[in-house]
Amino acid sequence: MSERFHDVAITVNGEKVRERVDARKTLVDFLREDLALTGSHVGCEHGVCGACSVRVDGVVVRGCLVLAVQCDGARVDTIEGVADSAEITDLQQAFVARNALQCGYCTPGMLLTAQELLAGGGMPSREQIRAHLSGNYCRCTGYQAIVDAVEAVAQARSGAKG
Amino acid sequence: MKPAPFAYAKARSVAHAIELLGTEDARLLAGGQSLIATLNMRLSEPALLVDINGIGELDRVTLQNAHVEIGALVRYAQAERSAEIARAAPLIALALPHIGHPAIRNRGTVGGSLAFADPAAELPACMIALDGEIDVVGPNGQRTVKANDFFAGLFETALGAQDVLTAIRVPAAAADIRVGFAEFARRHGDYAMVGLAACARVAGKRLADVRLAYFGVGATAVRARKAEAVLADGDVEAAVSALAGDLDPPDDIHASGAVKMHLAGVLLRRVAQQLGRAPS
Repeated sequence: MSERFHDVAITVNGEKVRERVDARKTLVDFLREDLALTGSHVGCEHGVCGACSVRVDGVVVRGCLVLAVQCDGARVDTIEGVADSAEITDLQQAFVARNALQCGYCTPGMLLTAQELLAGGGMPSREQIRAHLSGNYCRCTGYQAIVDAVEAVAQARSGAKG
Repeated sequence: MKPAPFAYAKARSVAHAIELLGTEDARLLAGGQSLIATLNMRLSEPALLVDINGIGELDRVTLQNAHVEIGALVRYAQAERSAEIARAAPLIALALPHIGHPAIRNRGTVGGSLAFADPAAELPACMIALDGEIDVVGPNGQRTVKANDFFAGLFETALGAQDVLTAIRVPAAAADIRVGFAEFARRHGDYAMVGLAACARVAGKRLADVRLAYFGVGATAVRARKAEAVLADGDVEAAVSALAGDLDPPDDIHASGAVKMHLAGVLLRRVAQQLGRAPS
């Protein structure tokens, strides 16, 4: 039981994968190296930058602060999955339309984190948007355009519902 | 920036976790939001990680005997949504949004924050301000430790190598209880440069049982006892002056001790206003 290598079964973007993992491998390294899902980025590797954000069992977490071995039996969604399922197409389009990305390194994490806020419903204030994205660093845009894009999607989605 | 090799085991129960922790150089893994970062940086290289995330019954918030009990595995995000905590532990409810960022709060646990005992963390200070208690189970059975006796030093607690923190308990806030919380951080969600968690009871026009717990100003959260006594009489500026006899913050990467002293006074003025207000 107290072993270094473990067999895990994880549902990644709707597909069941079975792999043998080294206990020390973080979830983001597992996704990138073992499954070639390189949309989740590795930035600071100590939970500060947010580039590695992924969803585990429906909530956004730091992919560098969760071990792959801990995800046995879990459902993991990456930027590839939510982009392919069209869950965030409007957010992606708003990011492009408003220049909310330049180098794109932070963008997958930004999109997943913004989607978590918007999925909660309602119309968040700009301050709430900033607070929710506070754990995701962007070194290019100065954040203004990102907040603009998230706000525009929040308005569009709440308008569509109303 | 990759962890050194370690073995991993999922604990099935608290008893099983205690047994596994008997292995040499084993560390307990809860939310992992501090531990895995230190593993990645190789500041820590344990031989075995004992994962307690699968243990049931440690993730509940309950109201009982005029106390709020929060299980060790309750995650911050879950605590933020808890109606019991909002109603009966308003100081903790005020502090929660300041802890890390949303993705950290989705994963980090109440018990982990206390067991890790970061001197700039919010919850240890809340526990001291609320005179809370901490349940610990170890090889010799269960015991309860007052928050006051729990924090022994920088990242040091009363927990032994095979102990598991299972729950925390704070008195449910009565109608005459007032709480206040404020902190300064470089970025929303970062650890505080200086922070203050406070609790008091309204007694006529005065405050009684004032408890001011500062964090980010020393090895552990500390009470400002002289300022507490002065604030009870209602003189906020005199209480700010009294802080000089209570706190002696060392310089750190964020600010000099003198800047922290100044900020401690600013926080006291803000928190004193909160204590003067009826809960809305």
